[in-house]
Amino acid sequence: MADSLAHAQPVARRPAQSPPWYLLIAPAAVAVSMLLPLVYLVIRAAEADPSQLAGILLRPRNLLLLRNTILLTLGVLATTTVVAVPLAWLVVRTDLPAKRVVTLLCVLPLSVPGYVMAFALLGLGGNMGFMARVFGIAMPRPSGYWGAMIALSLYCFPYLFLGVRSSLMGLDAGMEESARSLGYSPRAVVLRVILPHLRPALVSGWLIVAIYVLGDFGAIALMRYEVFSYAIYTQYAGAFDRVYAAWLSLMLLGLALVPVVLEGRLLRGARFARTGTGVARRTRMTLLGRWKPLALAFLALVFTASIGLPFGMLAYWLTLRSPWPELPRVARAFLFSAGAAAPAAILAVLVAVPIVYLRVRYPSRLSRAADRIVYVGYALPPLALALAMVFFSLRAARPLYQSLPLLITAYVISFLALATGPIRASLLQAPHRLEEAARSLGCSPLEAFGRTVVPLLRRGMLASMVLVFVIAMKELPITFLLAPTGYLTLSVAVFSRTSEALLAEAAPYAAAIVLFSSLFVGLLLKYEGRKTAAESG
Amino acid sequence: MHVLEAKLITKRFTETGNPAVDAVSFRVEPGEIFGLLGPSGCGKTTTLRIIAGFERPDGGIVAIRERNVTGLPPEKRRVGFVFQDYALFPHLSVIKNVMFAMRSVPPAQRRERARGMLCMVGLTDVDDRMPDELSGGQQQRVALARALSAQPQLLLMDEPFSNLDASLRDATRREIRSLLKAQGLNAILVTHDQEEALSFCDRLAVMNEGRIEQVGTPEEVYHHPGTAFVAQFLGRANLLSGTAVGEFAETELGTIPIRPSATGEVLLSLRPEHLQLSALPQGSAADSAFVVSGVASPVAAAIADRPNQGEIVAREFRGHDVTYRVQCHGRGYLAHTEYTHSFFPGQAVTLAPREPAVVLRTVPSRAENLTGDQR
Repeated sequence: MADSLAHAQPVARRPAQSPPWYLLIAPAAVAVSMLLPLVYLVIRAAEADPSQLAGILLRPRNLLLLRNTILLTLGVLATTTVVAVPLAWLVVRTDLPAKRVVTLLCVLPLSVPGYVMAFALLGLGGNMGFMARVFGIAMPRPSGYWGAMIALSLYCFPYLFLGVRSSLMGLDAGMEESARSLGYSPRAVVLRVILPHLRPALVSGWLIVAIYVLGDFGAIALMRYEVFSYAIYTQYAGAFDRVYAAWLSLMLLGLALVPVVLEGRLLRGARFARTGTGVARRTRMTLLGRWKPLALAFLALVFTASIGLPFGMLAYWLTLRSPWPELPRVARAFLFSAGAAAPAAILAVLVAVPIVYLRVRYPSRLSRAADRIVYVGYALPPLALALAMVFFSLRAARPLYQSLPLLITAYVISFLALATGPIRASLLQAPHRLEEAARSLGCSPLEAFGRTVVPLLRRGMLASMVLVFVIAMKELPITFLLAPTGYLTLSVAVFSRTSEALLAEAAPYAAAIVLFSSLFVGLLLKYEGRKTAAESG
Repeated sequence: MHVLEAKLITKRFTETGNPAVDAVSFRVEPGEIFGLLGPSGCGKTTTLRIIAGFERPDGGIVAIRERNVTGLPPEKRRVGFVFQDYALFPHLSVIKNVMFAMRSVPPAQRRERARGMLCMVGLTDVDDRMPDELSGGQQQRVALARALSAQPQLLLMDEPFSNLDASLRDATRREIRSLLKAQGLNAILVTHDQEEALSFCDRLAVMNEGRIEQVGTPEEVYHHPGTAFVAQFLGRANLLSGTAVGEFAETELGTIPIRPSATGEVLLSLRPEHLQLSALPQGSAADSAFVVSGVASPVAAAIADRPNQGEIVAREFRGHDVTYRVQCHGRGYLAHTEYTHSFFPGQAVTLAPREPAVVLRTVPSRAENLTGDQR
């Protein structure tokens, strides 16, 4: 109903012209380079003997993998919600002291990727572990479900926190006050006003977390928890049953579609913008009072686990064994990581600009589809994408196999959605009238774009580039499968050393990743702050 | 030679539903400031954007100086455009915004020329400021200087004064009008403000629901509105229906003169200032006081006598004149009087037209039926 109404609205002041052909090159290239490998994945899977096929599909192990994958996803979703929602509420709605620092600490875990978090957890237990050496407590190494679930939750909860926080900040005090004046109790206001308002932020945060958990490979492989991506990895790396690996990848792809579809369902027809005019008023702060010690204890617990643990473990291993002799090799690995991440960042921005421009300036079914493809690329489990790329290059483009261009292409497909965000935000600051003004003053379409839009887009493009660069720097599964032989990046170094229980050897590489990724956290907070300032101002 | 000819321009934004612009035709003559006037959503801005080349019409022809430009992109039309929010380039200083337009001027001379243009629109000492550091009125002048710097054959202005304070608007409008006239520039102004259109334009077209209802000089469209919409949109109007015989018509107000002569059922428009109010003949000072005190029965008795007798029900003092709402045989009328006359609610008056009522064309309206009520 709401949908059909929205479509019935006459669309005014929009160029009805169809977009120039050159704007379609980028989305077409992305679509082809994403779909072609997936076709090869299907082809590879279809090569199974019909007799073999039933055995592959009906293997009881598949059910176990499905059960484990779902359990892990739900477990991480529940844990991150329980951690992130109270944190966001404390930071936005209470008189908690030092909120800026607390906010920063809440987001800092994003600089500790899942496999580093797993590294830290693993270092805690075992004969040579931290607990045994420092406290003399014998503790088994965390592994399996709980290890994977805790590692992933500690890495993922900031995504949910950021969404809920900005949603809470956008809550108009007037809404709550009118509900109170209509006779609702404070508790009813939480249930009937605040929670429905938070729903979109929660749902899209859950989507991000679910996509990450389904696509994660490092943490579950280190924790040896049998989910789809771990099974794909063992099939690919050890058993070399490529057909079964292809089938597992297809199953994982299907599973990754579930949250995407569910998100669309859950948010259909939702309208949460303020309808009135005027400036939204700030909400009144809840005084913590005698609950303050409890709140502080909660913060201490969360931060000890999410920040104290990885940073402490890194410090422990680094003091245990001096990292200096390893430094030249760490620097080399850093250059390898940067050598793939930098071109990917530049390419992603070059591709994202026309796609965003198409979507904003020429709204149509075509441009919506181009936009959607970007998000499909983001939701594709990286391991499945990488495996599809392997099959494709082995079959159809042999020179590309384990080549840098293929690795960069896979990065771009996987991270393009991140690049579109800041670019879209700054393009919305450049109204179409500026280009029209330039056109009426004699500029051709391209010249008008170059002289009026590009100067305004520069900041957004830079932010996108840095975002993709930093994310690609710590990427593991795609790099693991597609990097050229001997191309040992930071993430692969951490993973391979940790998986052989060489924790001290892995520590310098992990420290390099964490230090570098902290840049990303600063950037994210800055970008996030600007967005909310624009919303409320 | 016409500066601009628009012939049967049509534009649809949706497959179904009415076109946003429906077979619009008009011409702009040399040296003329032309106005497109209408309520929001009437298609006036879309018409302007089609002339500029920002939108492609679904049908019709746009010709500038007898050259068909319908298929030309905006940059090939030499048409200047001043946007409602000015669309100054936020990353360029004021002088660079103006220099942006000087593509045919050798680069070395651009700065000097741009200074001259800024001077012409009355801006000095703002050359190196950024657009967001200027007031609304200053931004407006920069936008005008920029548009004129490209030496357009025709200047299009989309509600250029609507973002200015009321106090600034009148003066800016006057200055810009005299500037355009001094340069002999052709311009089309889009506005929803009837007062602005009447005072700024040499000729104007009144648009409603995508169509032009009337084209003419401000005096023509005001004094001789062609349709009920035009009559009501340009100021207030009393609409009457009646039966015409030649130069007179039988109406609720009695037999009144009409213009032009007609026969049969007609819809008539009478401006409030064309209705004369006078106190009833027996309305001596004593009677007035008697009426004001609230006993209305002698008034009602007097009204019953003649069709044009009524009672003042509301009084609206507007400084230069006074608007009265007069109830007359169950219908309301609006009448303006000069400051020298004064009536009060409850008083009995007679209503008489000072000018012949204007016979209106009846147009099939899309959205609403005219009820004959005042706007």
